[in-house]
Formats: sequence, C-alpha cells, structure tokens
Amino acid sequence: MLSINEISKIALKTEKVRLRLLEVIYNSRSGHVGGDLSVLNMIAALYYHTLKFDIQNPDHENRDRFILSKGHCVEALYCVLESLGFIDSDTLNSYGKFNSLLAGHPSNKIPGIEFSGGSLGHGLSLGVGVAIGAKMDNKDFKTFVVMGDGELNEGAVFEAAMSGGHFKLNNLVAIVDRNGLQISNSTEKVMTLEPLKERWETMGWEVLEVNGDKIEDCIKVLDSINYTIQKPHFIISRTTKGKGVSYMENALHWHHGVPDEVQYKQAVREISRSIEEWEGKIS
Amino acid sequence: MKSNRQSFTQTILELAKQNKDIIIVTSDAAGTVTLNQFAEELPDQLVDVGIAEQNAIGVAAGIASVGKKVFVCGPACFYSSRSLEQIKVDVAYSNSRIKIIGVNGGVSYGPFGATHHCLHDIAAIRAFPGIHILSPSDPVQMRWMTENLINYDFPVYVRMGRNPVPVIYDQGFEKFTIGKASVLKKGTDLTLVGTGETVYHCLEASEMLGQAGFSVKVVDIHTLKPIDKEMIIQSAIETGKIITVEEHSIYGGLGAIVSEIVCQNYPVPMKILGIPDENVINAQPQDIYKYYGIDYKGIYDTALAFLKD
Repeated sequence: MLSINEISKIALKTEKVRLRLLEVIYNSRSGHVGGDLSVLNMIAALYYHTLKFDIQNPDHENRDRFILSKGHCVEALYCVLESLGFIDSDTLNSYGKFNSLLAGHPSNKIPGIEFSGGSLGHGLSLGVGVAIGAKMDNKDFKTFVVMGDGELNEGAVFEAAMSGGHFKLNNLVAIVDRNGLQISNSTEKVMTLEPLKERWETMGWEVLEVNGDKIEDCIKVLDSINYTIQKPHFIISRTTKGKGVSYMENALHWHHGVPDEVQYKQAVREISRSIEEWEGKIS
Repeated sequence: MKSNRQSFTQTILELAKQNKDIIIVTSDAAGTVTLNQFAEELPDQLVDVGIAEQNAIGVAAGIASVGKKVFVCGPACFYSSRSLEQIKVDVAYSNSRIKIIGVNGGVSYGPFGATHHCLHDIAAIRAFPGIHILSPSDPVQMRWMTENLINYDFPVYVRMGRNPVPVIYDQGFEKFTIGKASVLKKGTDLTLVGTGETVYHCLEASEMLGQAGFSVKVVDIHTLKPIDKEMIIQSAIETGKIITVEEHSIYGGLGAIVSEIVCQNYPVPMKILGIPDENVINAQPQDIYKYYGIDYKGIYDTALAFLKD
C-alpha cells in the first residue's frame, strides 16, 4: 500500500498534467475537455502506479495493456504519455495543427498507444481479445480498458461484456468513467444505464465502485482487484465531468467546449491552487 | 468437386496442427464455415464469441496483438456489413494483420434472400486503406491462398462462395501470387476478366467463343486489392475490348475497379457483367447466375454481340 507521501506525489504529478491538458486544449482549440478532466485521475493512477511497462522497451511482451475506448478523451492520455516520455513536447504542442501525428482520437502509430480507435464501443472487444491471447500463452499481464458511460449505449459493448463473462477473463479490467453526462444530456435521460452494477454482475463480472474524483481512491481500487476471482473486473468510477475547473464541472457545454482567454486563466488559477495544496502535503 | 470453404478449412486444419499460433475466431458459424472438424480436433485454437460479428472482429484483433495468426470466419454478408466499422477501425486503421474469411458470399445463399446475399463487400472494404481483398476462384487456389495467408503481413478480407465449384488450377497454371493476376488463356480479340467463381464461367465462355472463331484472353483477378494494374492495361492494349464478370453489384466491384484503370490509362470499350442495382431474385445460385447473365452462356451471348459490334 502506498504511503500518503507517495500518493501525494502521484496526485501532484496528475494536477500538473491537468494544467498541461488545459494548455493543450486552449492552444489547439479542440478536444473533449469535460471527459478529459473526469477520466484523468484514473488514467494517471493506472500509468503512474498500476500498469507494468518499460519505457525503454515499450513493446515488451509482458507489458500490461491499456486501451482507451472513450477515444475522444485522448488528450488526457497524450498528456500522461508526454509526462512519461512516450511522446515529446513538440509533438504534443503540434496537436490540432496541420499534419500533426496526434489526431483527436487514438492512433497506434503513436508510441504507447496499442490500438487505433475513437468510434465508441470498440475497446472492450479488443480488450477481451488481448486477455484471451494472454491466457493462450500463459502470460500474466493484465489488460485495462477505459470506457465512457455514454459509450455503454453501444450494442457492441454488450457483445464484448457477455464474452468477457463467458470466458471468465480474470485478467481483464474494464473501467467506466461514470461522470453521468453524455454529449446531449445526462446519461439517464438519454438512455438508462442504471442499475449499472447489477447489469454487469449478471453478465458475469466482479463489480467494484470508486469515487474517481479522488486519485487516492483510484489507486486503492486498482490495488484491491482480486485477480484470483475467475471473473473479469468492472470498475464504476464515479466522477465529475470537467473535474477541477469550477465552471466546467457538470456542465454539458464543456463536453467539447474550448475556453476563451478569461476562462483559461481562471482554469489555470484553480488548478494551480490544487497543485499548491498537493505540494504542501509532500514532505 | 468441393467448395472453396471446404478447401480453406481442410488446409487451415492441417496447418494449425503444426502451428499452435493459428487461431480461428468465429461467431456461432463453425458449421457454416465447415469448421466442425477443426473445433473437434483443436478446440484450444478456436474461439467462438456467439452471434456477435462486431465483437468477433475486435476480439480477433486483440488476440492477434499478442502474436497469433488469427482467422475470423463466418458469413461474408454479416462481416462485411454488421462489423464494417470494426474492420475499418480495429483492422485496417490499426493494421491488425488478421484474415477475415467471408464464406457464402455473393449470391451463394440463393433462396435465403437479400439479407444473406453479399454484393457490396468489395465496394465497401476496398475503400479502407491498408486492407487487402482476395477472391479465390477454385479449391486449388484456395489452398495456395490459405498457405500464403499464414505469414502475410497485411490485414486481409477473403470472399468466397458456399457451394462446390469446378477445379480450374489443375491444368498446369502457375501458382498464384497475391497481387498478381493469373492469365488462364491468351487471346487477341477480347479479354474476359473474372473473379471468384465467375472465372470458371469466363473460361467456359472463352471456349465457346473460340469455337465461334474468336480469340479470347481470360484473366483471373483473385487479388482485388492491391489490383494488378499492369495486367489490366496490358490486356486492354492486346485485345482492345474487355468484359468483366463478377458476383457482386455492378457498383463498386471488379468492373468499377477495372474501368478506373482502363479509362485512365488505355481507354477501350468495356462491358460490366454483375448484379444490377436491385435486390436479387430468390432462386438457386446457378439460376441467379443465369438470370443475370453471369453464367458462361450469358457471358458468351454478351461477348458475341460485343465482338460483332
């Protein structure tokens, strides 16, 4: 278990990435900032704590696999990958510009990204396949798939969910960024998802729930996964869309809104305060 | 006679017994593909995801990412429509080197009706960068094709029919090479360009046309993408007239591909034989071929009129 000091270091790093994320979106004038901000804690907890990988040997066959199925929030992943050295700052600064390597959705031409994607409802099938492949070769790496909650409207997710349960893929972890909003309204108004826990349990998944707005809880829930249970694992990460920027939180507009200069400066001030708070907790 | 799907399954079973990295993914379609023996003998190398073609493609791409040689097998009509986006994104865009084996393509489901006919797959899948398209004409070629596909370093879609077909490649023809068209007969008056199961009918029609005094070249386009552009241009130069024959919509299939090349490089008169823009009549495949004039007799009639034109 991590100490408070170690958790604070991860949280500080994550808040610095949050600031960078806002900068990238502000400069590029594009991105899906609301979902980026809600999912960032979980991506950070995975990359800074849970996932096994070697930046010097990124294709190592025993690396854990990460699939960002909610591909429209790739900016959050780009910023984390930059912080780890998978992509350099010049590349990230080119986002949204002519002929950039970085599109608004993942491409596996980018170092550190396993599969191209962006159309919703694809990632879990890929994850099921990777997990089956690992078992075929008796490899013990794990596969993590992050989905959006609106994404669960897609039928293909349930084809994949049924197969994950059927094949008892205990080496597979699906995480839903449950921020409660999709592009046009709340998830429950657009298409009822609840009772989410029970629905996934009946498909053969072990379901865990967490407050995804707290990175310490994200770390804890990832540490608590019991891989000896012969079921795939589904984490409902309850989050706030636009997390960390007061005027963006729980506001539909910020699904893919871009801040103006005044808004950007306010966001920078708010995230900077959070950075200072975490700095104060590190001994 | 045996079907191309049986040729595929017999060959892949032999190969998979020697190579445990060969994996079949299917969607409650082992029987449809004639994979029952494979399922019985190599159950650990077959993954059945149930009636879920979208999932099958994603799962296959996932399994392939850990180094397996993955073949996804099921009805062409469903893989080329229901899981089209997965083919676009998870296979072509991601460069997942899986092989999608679409069986019972074209009109080979016969009286099953329009939902099961597959007349759009070449047009649809060809538009995705990075994926290759193959269309075997007989069981011998199907065997060669399967052997080649094990280590072929591109994503591939293979379309084939359901029913037994005559053998063509037992007559000393050169072994097939992906990307190179096969010339089955030389000629100077007209080129018949076929793909898949229409190739046999092109050959038969060419014999009849020979008896009528015409010299007809026959080309088998078993690789629709990447297409053998040089062979098509050469045929236009040599014979001055081309007829394409396909078990596909006349929109966006072999005829359209050949036309693109001919009209931009060496324009010659052409005719495109295939399925018109309508839902196919309900009938046995051979009767559908006859009705739309893509059997040897229909090809002969069109060719004779074209040659006398």
